[in-house]
Order: sequence, then C-alpha cells, then structure tokens
Amino acid sequence: MSDKRSAPMARLDASAPLFSGPNWDYASLRQTYDAIERIALDELGLDVYPVQVEVITSEQMLDAYASVGLPLMYRHWSFGKRFAFHETLYRRGLQGLAYEIVINSNPCICYIMEENSMTMQTLVMAHAAFGHNHFFKNNYLFRQWTDANGILDYLSFARDYVAKCEERHGIEAVERVLDAAHALKDHGVNRYAHRTKPNLAEERRRAEEWQAHAEATYNDLWRTVPGAGGGKEDTDGAEARLQEIKRELGLPEENLLYLIEKRAPRLEDWQRELIRIVRLVAQYFYPQKQTQMMNEGCATFVHYEIMRRLHEKGLITEGSMLEFLHSHSSVVFQADFDDPRFSGINPYALGFAMMSDVRRICEEPTEEDKAWFPDIAGLGNGYGVLRHAWANYRDESFILQYLSPAMIRKFRMFAVSDDSSKPAMKVEAIHDEIGYRKVRGALSRQYDLSRREPDIQVVDVDLRGDRCLVLTHYVHDGVLLAEKSCRAVLRHAAVLWGYAVKLLEIDAATDKTLKTYEVAQPG
Amino acid sequence: MNIVDRRPNPKGKSLSNRQRFLTRARAEVKSAVQNALRKRKVADVEHGEKVAIPTRGIVEPVFHHSRRTGRTEHVVPGNKEYVRGDEIPRPAGGEGRGGSEGSPDGSGEDAFEFTLSKDEFLDMFFEDLELPDLVKKSLRETFAFDLQRAGYTVTGPPSNLSVRRTMRNSMARRISLRRPKQWEVEALRQALDEARLRGDEEEARQLGLELDRAEHRSKIIPYIDPVDVRYNRFERVPRPNTEAVMFCLMDVSGSMTEAMKDLAKRFFMLLHVFLIRRYRHVDVVFIRHTSTAEEVDEETFFYSRETGGTVVSTALEKMLEVARARYPTDRWNIYAAQASDGDNYGADSGRCVALLGGEVLPICQYFAYVEVGDGMGGSLTGLARDSDLWRAYSEVAPAHPHFAMRRVGDPSQIFSVFHELFAKGGVRV
Repeated sequence: MSDKRSAPMARLDASAPLFSGPNWDYASLRQTYDAIERIALDELGLDVYPVQVEVITSEQMLDAYASVGLPLMYRHWSFGKRFAFHETLYRRGLQGLAYEIVINSNPCICYIMEENSMTMQTLVMAHAAFGHNHFFKNNYLFRQWTDANGILDYLSFARDYVAKCEERHGIEAVERVLDAAHALKDHGVNRYAHRTKPNLAEERRRAEEWQAHAEATYNDLWRTVPGAGGGKEDTDGAEARLQEIKRELGLPEENLLYLIEKRAPRLEDWQRELIRIVRLVAQYFYPQKQTQMMNEGCATFVHYEIMRRLHEKGLITEGSMLEFLHSHSSVVFQADFDDPRFSGINPYALGFAMMSDVRRICEEPTEEDKAWFPDIAGLGNGYGVLRHAWANYRDESFILQYLSPAMIRKFRMFAVSDDSSKPAMKVEAIHDEIGYRKVRGALSRQYDLSRREPDIQVVDVDLRGDRCLVLTHYVHDGVLLAEKSCRAVLRHAAVLWGYAVKLLEIDAATDKTLKTYEVAQPG
Repeated sequence: MNIVDRRPNPKGKSLSNRQRFLTRARAEVKSAVQNALRKRKVADVEHGEKVAIPTRGIVEPVFHHSRRTGRTEHVVPGNKEYVRGDEIPRPAGGEGRGGSEGSPDGSGEDAFEFTLSKDEFLDMFFEDLELPDLVKKSLRETFAFDLQRAGYTVTGPPSNLSVRRTMRNSMARRISLRRPKQWEVEALRQALDEARLRGDEEEARQLGLELDRAEHRSKIIPYIDPVDVRYNRFERVPRPNTEAVMFCLMDVSGSMTEAMKDLAKRFFMLLHVFLIRRYRHVDVVFIRHTSTAEEVDEETFFYSRETGGTVVSTALEKMLEVARARYPTDRWNIYAAQASDGDNYGADSGRCVALLGGEVLPICQYFAYVEVGDGMGGSLTGLARDSDLWRAYSEVAPAHPHFAMRRVGDPSQIFSVFHELFAKGGVRV
C-alpha cells in the first residue's frame, strides 16, 4: 500500500474516467479504490486501517442486519426476529437496504452489495472504507474502548463458546442467560476508564484459566447465610465489616453485568462467561452509540469531498456525478418536525452540515463566526480542525462545541419543553440571539447517552439479609422508568442474580424515593 | 486493499436463528395462523402468510424512560411560526417530540409483523393434526419398492438382456464395418463351385481369394460383439406401504344453499390440502350426489352446480362400488368424509343406516360426517329438531367409535371442527 501511495499523481490521466456505465468489475473496483486512496491520504490527510472489501448479495446483507452488522455472531432467537422483521420490510418494498456495512476491525471490513452500480460502489468505498474507517481508527472513544485487532477473533470465540454451551447445557438454559444478559446490556458497559480496555485476543486464554482462578477467588457472598437477618450481632464491628465488604464488592457499581458476572452467587462458570460475552459485545458498541452523528457525518463529509475531487479531476463522468448527487441528497435529507416522514434528526444531515460548516468557519468566516468561534474562525485549515474534532469529540461534546448559529438557522431548530404536569408543551427557544445557546445546550443534552439512558446503579447486596440485589434509578427531572419493561428487566436480573432484586427510583435532587419495584427470588 | 467475493458463501446464515425465533414465538404464531385461516379463502391455504403476533413472548425489554413522566426537552428542526413562549398541544398518544426512539425491533406495544414461508405456515397449521390409524402405520416410514424401467445399461444379469436393443447395436456395427452378409458368402461359394465346374481356373482363383477374404472378415467381425449388448435397467422406487384413499361425499342438491355449499367446500378443501401435504400417497375420490350419485373430478366437485332431490344412500352405494373396484381393503386404508345439510328423502334414512352400519363402516378406518347449517341455525343450538340424517346417523354412532359427527354453522368454526376431528389421539380406531 505504501508504494502505491507514493505513486506520482501525474499518472492519473485527467481526461480518462475510471469507469463508465453502471456495471462494476474487480479491475475497476481496484483502480477506483486506488484513486480514492490517493485523495483520502494525500489530500484529506486521513489515517485508516488497511481495508478489506467484501462483495455480498442482498440476502447476505439481510443476514448481516440481523446479527447487528457483525460478520459473525453467536446464535440467538432475537437475531432471527430482527431478520424476520427486516426481511418483511424489504420484501414488501418498504425499506431499501443500506448500501454498505462497515466493521470496526483491523483490517477494516467493508461490505458492498453486488446490486450496486459502479458509482454506488465508489461512493460506498469513499464513505465506509475511508470515512468510517478513519473515524474508527482515530476517535478517542474507539481507541479507548474497542479493540479493532481482536474483535473478529473474539466473535468467533464467542460463537463457538455459545454453541458449546448449548451442546452441553441445552439451548433453553443458554437462552435464559442470554435473554437476561441482553436485557441488561445497556447497563453492562464501563463508562469511565477505571478499568482497562479488554484485550480481546487474550479472552480465549482467559476463559480457560477462569476455572482455576475461580477456585482461588474468595466470594464473600458465600460466607453469609441468607435470611438469617441482622438481629443481635448488629454491633459496630459487624457494621464496619459490612462497609468493608461493600467496598470490596466495588459498590456502588453502574456496570450491572460486570457486578453480576463477578459476584452473582449462584451462577456457574459457563453462565458467567456468557454474561461476559454479552458485556464485551455491548462495550464494543458503546462508542458507536455515542458517536453516531459524528461517525456518519465524518463518513458523509469524506465521501462528498472525495467524489467532488474525483469529478474535478475528470475521473468520474458527469452521469456518475449526477447519480451520486441524487443519492447523496437523499441521504442528507432532513424532514421538518411536522412532515410525516419526520423521525428525529437525521444524523447524516446534521453531521454533514456541521462538518461542512466547521470548514466554512475556518476558511470563510463571517463576523458572527469570529465572535462565536474565535479559536478556529479564519484559521484556514478546515481539514486540520475537522480531523482534530473527529479524534477528540463525541456527538454531545461536538454539538456543544461546534453547533453554530448559522446551523441553527439553517435547520430552523427550536427547543420544546414537555412537562407532563402541564397540559401543553412549550417552545423554550428558537433561532434568535437569545435562543442560540439554549438550543445548542438542549440539542447537546439530547445526544448525551447518560441522559438518554436511565442512570441505574447497584447500591447494595443485602449481605446480612436475603442477599437481595438493590438497584437505584436516579431520577432526573422527574422522568421515571417505563413500568412494564422495568418489571420485565428486573425479572431477568433476578434470574441472573439468583435472589430477589429490588429497584428504587430516587429523585437525584431531593433523595426522595419515588417508587419501588421488587421481584422475588426466581423459583 | 483486498477484495473478497463472499457471494458464494453458504446461504441462510440466519436460518437457525429464525427457527429459534419461531420456536420461541410458537404459541403466538400458531394462533395467528389460525386466525389468518379463518379470514382467508381456503384455496389460498398453500401460500405463505404475513402474520402479526403480539409481542408478549418475544419482547426484549430494557430499562427506558417513561414518556409520560417528568420534564423533558427536545430540539426539533423545521420551525415555521413558533416564537419563544408559544404553547403546542401535546401530540396524541403521548409520544414525545423527536421520537427517534421508535423501536424498529417491535419492542413496543404493537404487534410484531413478519412473513412466514409456505412451509412454515403449513407446518404450524398442521401441527398436532393426524389422520387416525395411518399414524401408526406410518410411524416408521418403511417403504416397499417397486421396480420401474429406467432405460438401458451395459451390465446386468442375463435375464435382463434386451434383445432388441442388442440386435440394433449389432446391426449398426455390422453395417458400418461392412461385415459380409451370409448370402453374399453363399453366393461367392456358389460362384466358385460353378467356376470350378466350368474349369475356369483364373476366375476360380479370384473367387477363392474373395471367398477367403469374406470368410476371414466374417470371422474377425463377430455377429454379436460384447459392445452391442444392452440390458434393461430397472430402478427401485419406494412405494409407501401405507396407502390411503379419502372419499369426499357431498350433497349438492337444491336443498343445500350457497352458504352451506361454501362451508362444505371449505371443509373438504382443508381436508384435501391436509392430505396432499401430509401423506405421500393418498388418493382422493370425490362423489357428489343429488337423487343420484356420481364420481367426479375435483373441479366439478367443488365448482359445478346441480339441482335435484336428495337420496343420500346413492352416494354411499357409489362409494362402495368405487371402493370394491379400485381400493381393496387389504391394500388401502379407506377414509371418508361426508358433508350434507342433513336433509334426506324420508324413506331413505333407514337404508342409509343399514348401508353405513352394515357395509361402509366395516371397510372404513374412519368416517366423518359434517353437517353444515346456515349461520346460527337452530340445529346448532340443540333446541330445534335434529335433521333426518343426523337422527339416523345417531343410531349408528354409538356402535362405531370410528364414526364421528360434527356440526358446522359458520366458516370460522371449520378449523376447530377439523382440528377436533383429526386431533392427535382424539379419535381412536
């Protein structure tokens, strides 16, 4: 690859397009890839993992959809459900398939569908193999939390392990654990870097060593007799001892699956390992949940730049360019809130618009931009600023930092507050001088995962009592949990924990308990 | 960059996940299938089906915020007229604005909708349905084999020699290699003798050489060569040793209204589909009757119109006649289903009973009588007078456990009746 990169630009004959017509073949794929690579690396300064392009059929694309976009996955009915759902939509023509799927791995695997025209393949390679790939390799969240080198091996290990467990313990028993773990998977991630990123290549060996390790590990939960109650021996010494045990257990703990995997008294080793698999896969996806808008924005911005430059150099025909623009404009389409097509803010649209806007601020700032972004306005080097942003921000912080008044005006954003105690919703801010900061703050919070997902922690395991696992949901702004699903999840949690599970909804501001759920020890 | 072509990879990677999903949702899918059946035409039963099932058994719950509590704030695009402080009525359904969280995996309250393939659909439909007795016989799917001609082969036992094919090959070979024919050799020999007699030494020498050549040629080119030989080839084709014939008897007389006929039709069609689907070898005989009975093909049976009186016994006689002629009981399991509105020519009922009890039931493995009524007709409530045929058949029923009688008054009841009639273990023989 490196020698191709240093090939002289002059070799590109500006008058000859790389391809013409809709059909693709391997030679033109390769040639086009090389041309894109030169632009991406030399002109845009991207830094990517090596790429592996895989050609698949639409049916295989549906398969990939079903297994959450990963090329291999353990077996579970929920993936079958997802498949059935997407297949129905697709067959009825309600939903087109994504043009590509890209996997955060090293080498970066990029699926392209055989039905796509050559123009679409070019777009897909620019979008996925360079846009997403650069983001995966450089964004701090991915660097911190995912292991691109090990993921494919780990998934293959996970699939084999689950299959082996099914053989040994029966599909039903495995499903019970996986169902329960899936219910908690949003709360099975480490949000702060106090634990090291899992080295996925090591996982297989570690799993084998666990048995030996477990024997040497001392689990305090076993030392107490359930249901004995505190009673007479409730002395200061015992109290201190309890506090110490809680400290050792690492309470409070926000990673529910971690605590269960390590401490649940009744689980067998293979069950712990299954939980670990779910947990590590959830952790792998955690950065993607926080950076969806930026990730898509980055990829869209990159593909747009590359296609524009290919066209400037005469490497793609006018026809291809028009085909591309048609597709691009539908990708970045944003419906208004009162449009029947509206389903939230389109991450492609917002991401692409903001990144183009950042470049504009750097290169052609207005007076307003100079006042709002003194650091970057007029800096000249838009790509440098963008590369910095791609590496060091997530959706929430990126919006907070870079959403300009021009963008708020462009999308005509407005903030609405919805207080369930009042009969109507209220417009809090619109695109005017007073409203800009308010809208920006509100939009940023909307992308903040820690606000979107309930804040749930394990605060106690009732060591002296019945080993009940006590969770709290810290309620912000009075937003409670949805009742039905909460009960269902707690039942799942009780399956894993083996004893009763309790959940308290506590107002974060006043410390008042608003609601209590309790699920008895599973039979 | 590497390009890998994954298209030849094995298909159906999601298949096992799909099966797991169906197993999991089995109860829901089954009831959805049954509901779907009530609505759709029975003729369409062989198609796949889009089913919507309640999400009960297949939810994947996660903790999430309730939309109806607390204070939340949303930013949405596309402001046209609002200014700060405006109030907007809450959209119906309690959904918040900016509801991008609408769950694509059906974890909401709505039904989960997907498409079953034809096979999956029918499997669900026929699950725990069986034809009595045949079950026992088909438990170990053992087959007898029939020999069936399947062309020719170059090896085989002498008894299978195909003389005609062998001779054809032989002749072709002899012609193409110019093997002297027997009469040519004879003619030469005769000419030689004549030449000798004439004392024509020169010609005799010539003819002698020619004769030698011809005889030599006849020797080295055999009349039948091993390459000519062909044997008849036979293939063993499995023949299910549980063969069944299903007699469908229906009253198509004037007393049957269109609605009743429709009901009967549906019952038979369901039965028909069931038989075609489940059993490798099932013959179906359609007999319709008015005051006379005739055996007809399926099309005529279901779709042609007739008028006339009603003499049920004619159908039974016809059935017996067909059974005797074509379906000897030592080889065939005989099943019969009769649909009628219960009307019969008054004096005929006694004959029906005699026929049924005396001749028909003894050769049948199972006989189902379905009486169709018009909607919520009186006979269904049990208060009104039973029909002639119903009363007559009631006499026979107690003595013959493999005789079953049911009433159907409405299309939606067909399935349950059908199910009841053929439920696993529901009918003992």
